[in-house]
Amino acid sequence: MKDRPVYTEYHPRWYRARVSTYWWTRQWKYVKFILRELSSLSVAYFVVLTLLQLRALGGGPISYGAFQEWLKTPLAIALNIISFFFVLFHATTWFNLAPSAMPLRVRGKRLPDWVIIGPNYIAWLATSAVVAWLILRG
Amino acid sequence: MAETIALEVARYRPEQETEPMYEHFEVPFRKDWVVLDALNYIKDKLDGSLSYRWSCRMGVCGSCGMMVNGEPKLTCATFLSHYIPGPVRIEPLRYFPVVRDLVIEMTDFMVKLKSVKPWIIREDQKPLAEGEFLQTPEQLDSYKQFSMCINCLLCYAACPVYGLDQHFIGPAAIALAQRYNMDSRDQGANERLDILSQHEGIWGCTFVGECTKACPKNVDPAGAIQQYKLKATKEWFKDFLMPWRMK
Amino acid sequence: MARETGPGLSNVDAWSRKMDISSHDVLLVGGGGAGLRAAIAVSEVDPKLSVAVASKVYPMRSHTVSAEGGAAAVIKPDDSLDEHAYDTISGGDWMCDQDAVEVFVKEAPEEMLRLEHWGCPWSREPGGHIAVRAFGGMKKKRTWYAADKTGFHMLHTLFQTSLKYPQVTRYDEWFVTKLLVDDGWVQGAVAIELMTGRIQAILAKAVILCTGGCGRVFPFTTNANIKNGDGMALAYRAGVPLKDMEFVQYHPTGLPFTGILITEAARAEGGYLINKDGYRYLQDYNLGAPQPKPVLRSMELGPRDRLSQAFVKEMEKGRTIEGPYGPIVHLDIRHLGDKLINTKLPFVRELCLKYQNIDPVRELIPVRPVVHYMMGGVHTDINGATPLKGLFAAGEVACVSINGANRLGSNSLTELLVFGARAGKAAAAFAVEQKGPSSRVMAQALEEKQRLEEEFLDRTGGRERISTIRGEMQKAVEEGAGIYRTHASLATALTKIQELQARFRDVAIEDHSHTFNTELTAALELSFMLDVAEAIVQSALQRTESRGAHQRTDFPKRDDEKFLAHSLIYRQEDSSLRVEYLPVTITRWPPAERVYGK
Repeated sequence: MKDRPVYTEYHPRWYRARVSTYWWTRQWKYVKFILRELSSLSVAYFVVLTLLQLRALGGGPISYGAFQEWLKTPLAIALNIISFFFVLFHATTWFNLAPSAMPLRVRGKRLPDWVIIGPNYIAWLATSAVVAWLILRG
Repeated sequence: MAETIALEVARYRPEQETEPMYEHFEVPFRKDWVVLDALNYIKDKLDGSLSYRWSCRMGVCGSCGMMVNGEPKLTCATFLSHYIPGPVRIEPLRYFPVVRDLVIEMTDFMVKLKSVKPWIIREDQKPLAEGEFLQTPEQLDSYKQFSMCINCLLCYAACPVYGLDQHFIGPAAIALAQRYNMDSRDQGANERLDILSQHEGIWGCTFVGECTKACPKNVDPAGAIQQYKLKATKEWFKDFLMPWRMK
Repeated sequence: MARETGPGLSNVDAWSRKMDISSHDVLLVGGGGAGLRAAIAVSEVDPKLSVAVASKVYPMRSHTVSAEGGAAAVIKPDDSLDEHAYDTISGGDWMCDQDAVEVFVKEAPEEMLRLEHWGCPWSREPGGHIAVRAFGGMKKKRTWYAADKTGFHMLHTLFQTSLKYPQVTRYDEWFVTKLLVDDGWVQGAVAIELMTGRIQAILAKAVILCTGGCGRVFPFTTNANIKNGDGMALAYRAGVPLKDMEFVQYHPTGLPFTGILITEAARAEGGYLINKDGYRYLQDYNLGAPQPKPVLRSMELGPRDRLSQAFVKEMEKGRTIEGPYGPIVHLDIRHLGDKLINTKLPFVRELCLKYQNIDPVRELIPVRPVVHYMMGGVHTDINGATPLKGLFAAGEVACVSINGANRLGSNSLTELLVFGARAGKAAAAFAVEQKGPSSRVMAQALEEKQRLEEEFLDRTGGRERISTIRGEMQKAVEEGAGIYRTHASLATALTKIQELQARFRDVAIEDHSHTFNTELTAALELSFMLDVAEAIVQSALQRTESRGAHQRTDFPKRDDEKFLAHSLIYRQEDSSLRVEYLPVTITRWPPAERVYGK
């Protein structure tokens, strides 16, 4: 049952609702937001992976071979696939939000959002295409 | 077409209760009624003790913000027909202390608004005899959006950062600071920078973006904050590289 | 001009145990455009004066915020002060005090420029100068505007600028219930702090009323819920006369159910008013001939009272459209095109879409006349001073009078600034010369606290609902004192209002809480409205002529011999009403025929 209210005349107690630690599970839009923030972990993962790759490379063909073997394990593949999708999510949400942070004005009129988002995607795809060509042609 | 619609309205009477409870009301359903009309019906005909704020009923005074089915809305601009068959749950604006029923305590916002110095700051005063400051329509356009804020606080109710940390200065206050920063007549951007570049200022924001979605006047506070972050960062670099620069 | 003081408030401690007291030099009741401008004016005259702004809502919620169209002031080279004055005086059907109008038009440009310097985002011409547009009743373009949200921008600019002044103490959500008057001088007010329910006395050496009008006395109004004539009733009960109460302005284009205003600017940009046959009916009513582009002071840009009267006549002829909320006509802005609508009239489009689900770019807007503004109010001179020493008033609550029998659109926003500033300066000058309030005033304050507790808070029983009495009052006033009035309709309304005042004593209050009790405030507002309604109807009964917004079908002509005067209505000690007449001040413009469409 409820306790007796503590009220002094002319001093009403304001009610402050507690915000639960799981506030973000209540609505899908908040879940998406938390996932977006967590996707930065995937970006960090790929950075670390690249550094490890460089270290392995520096250690000679045997250490690099060991590294490549590790990359073929189910754990590594799973990690890479999941992280890849998270990074895609990270990049697309980032690009889509870019116009908010950078409203460009030409001759006084604000440029439409796609003028800012579009080039980002194009640059991304173009760079990816170049990198893919460099890696796969050999 | 339904005859009535059910409303679950949060009640809180500090003299009688320790925490809020819900009360159920049946109100007539009319196609052109908004949630505020339903609340007025309850107060006029069913229970005169229901307390809530409202005034202009045309979305410009900002008084009637409440949570409708968990979303912050202006109840004068939210049609009942959107929620058929109901019930419609009405609660006071989230993340603010509840004083009574649907009335929240908003002094926190008033203090924060004042802290960002939302007025024209000038080093030199222009005499009236010289006429108006010239401001082209393009210059007006660059801050106009941020000047549309009606202080309804829906953005605060939508902001999880504000919910978790009450020290966060909040979307509307930053948008209004930016409105003055971008006004060609203002010279106070540096003064505001000191307040806004604190931890509870713009850096508390993690760009959830819900404030912009909740804003009924398209002020885009999230955009204002991110733009300000860019500006603040540029200023920080300039100070770092050129510490002799006069503030 | 010092007065004799009663025994000083030396025993403050004894009083403060019974009731909380705050003391200031100037008290503003109401925190809208006029109130904030006056508060700033007091602070600028003398920064040492302490100013209190007590408003029953947060200042940015004040009804100033809803004004859309614009504010008039002469700044363009082809315009002149005399022309602005003439338009105002002729639009007011010669009831305007011409000395007040001359002061008004002269100070208007400076006040508006000052607001621009304070940051108000006025709309601009391409070169950067302030843009002006046409407005009903004005022969030249002199209405400054901020898109179509002028009142919103003005209020927020004033509010945000007022935050700069540390000597201004705001009492947000404090509901003033009574003025404290002793020895013929106003010395403060009693107010309820809504958050806690505490009833407190705010003592002051000067009080300025800026509480706005009383549109909620009528059923269809553009006015917000908070416009209940509070200040008018407070002054009335303190023995101050209300002037020209019979002059109630209807705005010809309001949405039918909600009463939301569709700004005159929609007509200024070129909208047409058409009846059920699609005919621009205004041409039948001496308002000129229809032109493709809007012509100032003609057709749809004629003065508001003539347009509202045309609606009633069309209704009698059966040429209006029967909508679900009564008769309406249509406002057609489709031919203006979506680009113009989105730049100059975005708020109009938003209102129609959001509240009636109609897109004015493609469809017709249903409109009818709705009560919009009170030309009448607390009697003041050109400095905002009322006959009661220490009491000032500015804005819609006051009647100076610059609006006469019919206000021209875009004059009232300017009025807030000009007379808000004048009243502020006058109140400051008055306050510096006063000593503190007398202790007799505290006894009055305590009495008021007891009255509020006995008559409202502690009341049980009661068989009348507030909303019932309020609804009946609104219906009676609309039917009896609407756009067209007769002796019979007014007399019926008066009897009904007196009956409702008696029934009000039996009102039921279900909410006994101290904390944010909005049923208590609704009851207090209703009692204010009943007093004001009585003043409106009685003043209308006594004025047996037709002039401007006051139209008597039994006395259809204007009578300058008997009635070129303001009505002053007093509530006497025994609650009976007394009406006197004060001649209008004529300086340079002798009365003539009001002509439009030429």
